[in-house]
Amino acid sequence: MSALLTVEDLRVCFPTRTGMVEAVRGVSFALGRERLGIVGESGSGKSQTGRAIMGLTPPQAQVTARTLSFDGIELLSAPPKLRRSLRGKRIAMILQDPKYSLNPVMSIGRQIVETLREHEDVSGAEARERALEMLAAVQIRDPKRVFGLYPHEVSGGMGQRAMIAMMLVAGPELLIADEPTSALDVTVQLEVLSILDKLVAERGMGLIFVSHDLRLVSSFCDRVLVMYAGRIVEELAASDLANAKHPYTQGLFNCMPVIGADRHPLPVLERKPEWAL
Amino acid sequence: MSAIVSVENLSVVFDDFTALDNVSIDVFAGESFGLVGESGSGKSTLLRSIAGLAPPAGGTMRITGRELRGRDRDKAFYRAVQMVFQDPYGSLHPRQTIDRQLMEPLAIHGARDGERRILKALDEVGLGSGFRFRYPHQLSGGQRQRVAIARALILEPSILLLDEPTSALDASVQAEVLNLLEQVRHDRKLTFVMVSHDLGVVTHMCDRLAVMQGGRVVERLTSDDLAGGRIDEDYTRNLMVASKGFRRHAEPITQGAASPSRP
Repeated sequence: MSALLTVEDLRVCFPTRTGMVEAVRGVSFALGRERLGIVGESGSGKSQTGRAIMGLTPPQAQVTARTLSFDGIELLSAPPKLRRSLRGKRIAMILQDPKYSLNPVMSIGRQIVETLREHEDVSGAEARERALEMLAAVQIRDPKRVFGLYPHEVSGGMGQRAMIAMMLVAGPELLIADEPTSALDVTVQLEVLSILDKLVAERGMGLIFVSHDLRLVSSFCDRVLVMYAGRIVEELAASDLANAKHPYTQGLFNCMPVIGADRHPLPVLERKPEWAL
Repeated sequence: MSAIVSVENLSVVFDDFTALDNVSIDVFAGESFGLVGESGSGKSTLLRSIAGLAPPAGGTMRITGRELRGRDRDKAFYRAVQMVFQDPYGSLHPRQTIDRQLMEPLAIHGARDGERRILKALDEVGLGSGFRFRYPHQLSGGQRQRVAIARALILEPSILLLDEPTSALDASVQAEVLNLLEQVRHDRKLTFVMVSHDLGVVTHMCDRLAVMQGGRVVERLTSDDLAGGRIDEDYTRNLMVASKGFRRHAEPITQGAASPSRP
């Protein structure tokens, strides 16, 4: 299997008043057309890993890597024009909260059309047609009505579907989903996930699913990377989660309250400095 | 045994939208009562109208036997009932130090020994006095929620209203905050009314719970019933399925771009 994305020794550093802070410290993995989960708590560097691949790291930060290549293109040395043409077209990213990540003064339909026309030479009518098709594909019941709505006029679940539609309309090969359902209700979460799952499978995309919820990620992905303090501490097949060896992974797995399990107090995650070494 | 929080046939109407429709709950002293439901089911509105933050259109509410009228609450009410909100980023004043935010309820209620109580409250939520003169932006989400809990506890209330206290937090931090809440409930013999959309959290924290949908209570059950699967309503069953995480359906995937509509 040739890798769609190869990451070797990825590092992201932020200069601060008290010196350099390394948010990501030497992350390496390869991704094919599969579903990969990246799990860790806040500050573990999981989101910054996703953002560095997408090229959305803040300008003051320094990103270095031995290899960061997408389909043979070395991303870090690629000219900005090439990266712009990849971003949104071949690599797309779904963000956490549709309330903040959709443009509030542009209708949902126009935002989807904008993505499409940025990357493909299509007529306005055709773009509109494809945007409506895409809205239907994310199981929005009345695409024509939603096309004209503004982000504040739709619910969180609907907004997140619109976001998925926007990201998938240009037919990306790699999708990075950064906590795509954390801002949603439990029942809506499942709907959004099953839509995402179906589209990823149908279109044969590679998926990187970033989340703090180990259970959710393991039920959704094929393979899981567990990050702690900017490093990968464990990599395992999602089906093999119960046999996780690292105490940090076990801690993440056990700290969720489960219906029917009478555990008072809940086991709390230990954080040992030697794991960060 | 009479209920410490008693809500009878409460309705809340915003313009022409009925947020709560004849809802009744009874919460007894020392128990932890859960309200579950999806967004828009009215669970937060119920909590907010007890606290006087949503206008009741009908029905009665009683706290320790005293009837509450409209949205007016007196100081004695706030000494007995405090609330913790969902988002610790939104519920702390961004330009006031932790010290000042903890001082505020004490000043309003004319407490003399503020110094001692602030230190005690910080200690109780596991923050220590080092956090006292920091600003909210210098704390993590979990630490902020601890400050919000300290602020609610500083008046030594007997009832705590918790509106999704951990849904803005990471799974690992959630466990710490839930343990803290259980600890203070045990130490201070508090009564909790807790709202959450996560059945796992509610069954962990609460003895009894009410499931809400569309502004009504559709089912009342105990956590043991829920854990044992003794559920009457399909809606509750759906929530239960949802809380167990994602399941991939074994249906064959149709090739092609779009399926026209929802199955």
